[in-house]
Amino acid sequence: MNYRWDWSVLIREPFADWLWSGVLLTLAISLLSWAVALTIGIVVGIARSAPSRTARLVAGIYIDVFRSVPPLVQLFLWYFVFPEMVPDSVGLWLKRDLPYPEIVTAVLAIGLFAGARVAEQVRAGIEAVGAPLLPAALATGLRPLQAFRLIALPLGLRAIVGPLTSEFLITIKLSSLSLTIGVLELTAQSRHVENYTFQGFEAFTFATIGYLVIGLCATGLMRLIDNRLGGAALRKATA
Amino acid sequence: MIVLDDVHKFYGSQQILRGCSATISLGEVVVVCGPSGSGKSTLIKCINGLVPFERGSITVDGVSVSSPETDLPALRARIGMVFQSFELYPHMTALQNVSLAQVHVLKRSQKEADERSVKILTRVGLGGKLGNRPAELSGGQQQRVSIARALAMNPQAMLFDEPTSALDPEMINEVLEVMQELAVEGMTMIVVTHEMGFAQRVANRVLFMDRGEIVEDTPKDQFFTAPSSERAKQFLNQVLTH
Ligand SMILES: Nc1ncnc2c1ncn2[C@@H]1O[C@H](COP(=O)(O)OP(=O)(O)OP(=O)(O)O)[C@@H](O)[C@H]1O
Ligand SMILES: [Mg+2]
Repeated sequence: MNYRWDWSVLIREPFADWLWSGVLLTLAISLLSWAVALTIGIVVGIARSAPSRTARLVAGIYIDVFRSVPPLVQLFLWYFVFPEMVPDSVGLWLKRDLPYPEIVTAVLAIGLFAGARVAEQVRAGIEAVGAPLLPAALATGLRPLQAFRLIALPLGLRAIVGPLTSEFLITIKLSSLSLTIGVLELTAQSRHVENYTFQGFEAFTFATIGYLVIGLCATGLMRLIDNRLGGAALRKATA
Repeated sequence: MIVLDDVHKFYGSQQILRGCSATISLGEVVVVCGPSGSGKSTLIKCINGLVPFERGSITVDGVSVSSPETDLPALRARIGMVFQSFELYPHMTALQNVSLAQVHVLKRSQKEADERSVKILTRVGLGGKLGNRPAELSGGQQQRVSIARALAMNPQAMLFDEPTSALDPEMINEVLEVMQELAVEGMTMIVVTHEMGFAQRVANRVLFMDRGEIVEDTPKDQFFTAPSSERAKQFLNQVLTH
């Protein structure tokens, strides 16, 4: 192989600038879609554990659909198909006036997909760790909703912080899909640098280390929270 | 004050309770015993409506447990329950465990509730463990927190489902002592237990259950000296020689 290594592309302008802006966008998309995923996951996960049959059914359909369709297909559907299916005025607004349409769409699409996975974890946590204490809570005179809100839900959520780490990591990695609709995040910028300089190995090494560092930080953060909440003990108690 | 009348309970086609009737008066201590699977836990969980039943009736202080008009949470708040496996809230301290229902059911202020919790936890010998979580307490201490959690609600009666059978032998007595004190103070109690020593010291009456039936409902002394049924005799031989 006749490759001429040149690590200086990583510090030369404008390439350094491209790569770092890619890191920032990857971080932004990851964190925002994780926030969406957590919100949706908790709401749908609660609905999935609710006494109402309708709520459980709707939540179940959401989880099944969004977990089964490939996230790339979902992204395309939201970006290319959805604006054509809504009333014209809304579609026009989405295409013309929505600020940062690619980024917003990527955040929502990834968040909706990851949210379905989080919801399933929330349901499992409530079922395995929270619900077993419901009879004891009811026996003290708490109403069913109170017992759920004060005991089953907080316990279930505490117990799943550890398992949620891998969902967080998946969400971060999924942010790279957004390059397919034109978001210049880390992977896209690395390709960009390769196209201009033919130094693809250096550029993708940078991307690899970038994802690795972000992933390790995410893992560390989740572990910290899990330790503070005593999640491991909660999971063991019911294992 | 607690009246069971011909209670039948099914799980699917399997009949768990076959017409159980009994009356527990104010201040009485009734011990329930019987072989594993005979329906003891099911029976006492029917009393506070944790387990629904298909036929018969149970009234607590004249209020029917199974009637749809009954405010079941309010009724449960007046009956304390202690479980075999403690069932404390693992993410809360002993104090928080005892205060929670006082605040959310009895609508006491947090301060008021905490003061009462401290008093009761101290009374069961745990004044020094207020800030500990269940995982930091021994089994005997956890069960005493669980008793305190029930007592904090000023219950009119207490139900115990094998409160000492998950405990190491050296911790059984600290829990039985607390229960005995309660009995002496006149608490109405239904206690599922195989601690025959406790029954002999504390109980007024013994209910012996087998295969979903209350086979025997006799004053304590008679139960230990002259049980009327063959099955109770066999059972006594087993637990007493154990
Ligand atoms: N949720 C349930 N679903 C189906 N069957 C059940 C359920 N709970 C209890 N049973 C059955 O009901 C019967 C009585 O159970 P129960 O727990 O009341 O017995 P017990 O006298 O308390 O026994 P032990 O001494 O082992 O605690 C058993 O045969 C049990 O298998
Ligand atoms: Mg039992």
